[in-house]
Amino acid sequence: MHELSITQSMLDLVLEQAQKAGAKEVGKINLVLGEMTWVVDRSVRFYFDFLSKGTAAEGATLSFKVVPTTARCRNCAKEFKLGEFDWTCPHCKGNNIEIVGGKELFVESIEVE
Amino acid sequence: MEIKIVKDIMGANEQIARENRQLFDRNKVFVVNVMASPGAGKTSLILETIKRLKGKVEVGVVEGDISSSLDAEAIGKEGVPVVQINTGGECHLDANMTSTALGSLPLGNIRLLLIENVGNLVCPAEFNLGEDLRVLVSSTPEGDDKPFKYPLMFHEADVVLVNKIDLLPYLKFDVDTFANTIRGINQKVKVFPLSCTTGEGVDRWVDWLLSQVKG
Repeated sequence: MHELSITQSMLDLVLEQAQKAGAKEVGKINLVLGEMTWVVDRSVRFYFDFLSKGTAAEGATLSFKVVPTTARCRNCAKEFKLGEFDWTCPHCKGNNIEIVGGKELFVESIEVE
Repeated sequence: MEIKIVKDIMGANEQIARENRQLFDRNKVFVVNVMASPGAGKTSLILETIKRLKGKVEVGVVEGDISSSLDAEAIGKEGVPVVQINTGGECHLDANMTSTALGSLPLGNIRLLLIENVGNLVCPAEFNLGEDLRVLVSSTPEGDDKPFKYPLMFHEADVVLVNKIDLLPYLKFDVDTFANTIRGINQKVKVFPLSCTTGEGVDRWVDWLLSQVKG
């Protein structure tokens, strides 16, 4: 349900950047979402259609690149996808890990006319 | 034409959070963002913490709820300044809502501000309010596997308070397993097992908190 505020922030950012570039219309928005943020793409689309009405981004296509939750073992330095119910390193069985991917939440680029 | 942006969607919230932080720093207020699922014991924890800090440090409270002012009334009875934010459906507090509430608090007379976030283990983790400390209250009936279900929240917490340890004899909850799971992805986390009902462990948490405020 955080998607409403997140979509509004995303739209504000996109419109600001489009205006800076002197664009009349935003055709596509390329987003990067970390799995760990639990932002639901369908929900973002739903709010976007509603919030973007009457703006330069109305009708824009949303593209989502989802980044899996990735961990790095502090013991053997190998990277792996964080397991659902197991946070030990699959290589050395160590349990001292750091999250290196999955928290992303940004606008990568926009395509404008 | 493609325009590269690579900008954080939460940038607007982060900006207001930084402004809140500057306001807190100017007034020398230490700020704690208290997060938890509904019913974990956020309000009880705040009440128990306030009682133990009487005469030691000036406390203020921001109560975030989707609706109602029940919690704010309970806290107001303790004689501390409290302001209620009703989010009107939003499942978390954000920096802007917090900023609006700060105008109703005598910040100059407060050294420690406890902000009770909306009961939710997902959304509040994304929204920085400008706090010094993120405290997560996780209660034993919720199960010791909660970190696996809400990794971001457990990753972002500075402190995890394991509440309702008085219920441990009736539950399959292993405090060590729970703490070790969290430490696996969050090495800096402090874990305090406690019970707001019996008071066990609460002094240890409050003493530590006080050392952070005074430090």
